[in-house]
Amino acid sequence: MSQRIETDVLIIGAGPVGLFAVFELGLLDLKCHLVDILDRPGGQCTELYPEKPIYDIPAYPVIGAQELIDRLMDQIRPFDPQFTCEQMVAELTGGVDTGFTVRTNDGLEFATKVIVIAAGGGSFLPKRPPIPGIQAYEGTSVFYSVREMEVFRDQDVVIVGGGDSALDWTLSLQPIARSLTLAHRRDAFRAAPHTVERMRALVADGKMDFKLGQLAALEGTEGVLEAVTLRTADGEERVPCTRLLPFFGLTMKLGPIAEWGLNLDENLIEVDTEKFQTSVPGIFAIGDINTYPGKLKLILSGFHEAALMSQAAKRIVSPDEHISFQYTTSSPSLHKKLGVA
Amino acid sequence: MPKVTFIDPSGTRHEIDGDAGATLMEVAVKNLVPGIEAECGGALACATCHVYVDEAWREAVGGPSEMEEDMLDFAYDVRSNSRLSCQVKMTPELDGLVVNVPEQQG
Repeated sequence: MSQRIETDVLIIGAGPVGLFAVFELGLLDLKCHLVDILDRPGGQCTELYPEKPIYDIPAYPVIGAQELIDRLMDQIRPFDPQFTCEQMVAELTGGVDTGFTVRTNDGLEFATKVIVIAAGGGSFLPKRPPIPGIQAYEGTSVFYSVREMEVFRDQDVVIVGGGDSALDWTLSLQPIARSLTLAHRRDAFRAAPHTVERMRALVADGKMDFKLGQLAALEGTEGVLEAVTLRTADGEERVPCTRLLPFFGLTMKLGPIAEWGLNLDENLIEVDTEKFQTSVPGIFAIGDINTYPGKLKLILSGFHEAALMSQAAKRIVSPDEHISFQYTTSSPSLHKKLGVA
Repeated sequence: MPKVTFIDPSGTRHEIDGDAGATLMEVAVKNLVPGIEAECGGALACATCHVYVDEAWREAVGGPSEMEEDMLDFAYDVRSNSRLSCQVKMTPELDGLVVNVPEQQG
């Protein structure tokens, strides 16, 4: 992938705070492009708890997390934000004087004047099972997602998990694998019932194995997997295999942003409380990802941070322009931007 | 106030006065019990507050709900006495509760 996208502001993370930043920046005529590792906007609200009620959004005694995201998407529509999903930002070059270039893991390139990190708890990445030595096999025998099915052709594959990823890939890889074993800790699945039925039919036909057990150990040499050990009700069982796909859900990690030279406090990005700017001029951090004295990880706080950050971002993008503070209730020019004039 | 004891993998006992009505996870986090990460903050969206309920207390604490079972799929080394501590509320009946913190949160 080689493509260069130009924007005023690159927002990393399309959760509630990243989305609301589009609104505040939009009122100041700044164009935003959002990039997120997930397949759609919404961040944790959509990925972790779409059905959960939130009780501390001003003027809403209660609002569902997904409903909050839907309403934010409505609210920012007049500003026509652009989204790039399923991409993780990787490399940063440039600076506030010359502009920044941000590259993603797939080589997509953004040219931007300002960067706003609104990455919440960090990037959602597949969870690595805490098996000693598993890293040595990653990328050669152990994979957390399927990018190329050919990697599994004519291999002895073990898939661990009971969700949709585990079951979907069981069905897709079974025809091309030499052998396939699905292992799960219990005989109940979170995955869609029809995929579970198809899996059980394949087991009944002798085309694959299902084992009740948990992953306990790996065996092999120099990154080449030879077997896994499953912990079952009857003790340990060795299953010879050459490929392992563990599906243990997602976890949040700061990821490559940690290498961008920003001052960090543990896994959080230090900012000032006037502009919510990081230690690197032109790079801001808002929402759960930042830290400052008195910080509270509330969506509410992220919204406030977005508003103040936007004023500072505007001064970077348009240094010669006078910013006059206006209210959305009464300003005809803001009404025009919002499409309500 | 109901007392609860968390035993960490090294065998160290953390005896704490819990608030009735709080969850076991909240009690652990508030008192900095090592090994309870509670990444999602109690939304039943991760499995990083996994504990093993002491055999003597299993009946009083009860078993996991279906949603909790689903989430336990993401935990490491799940046993028949596994619970997510964010789903266990401290009550006067649980005064004296003992739970073990696993070696690893998934």
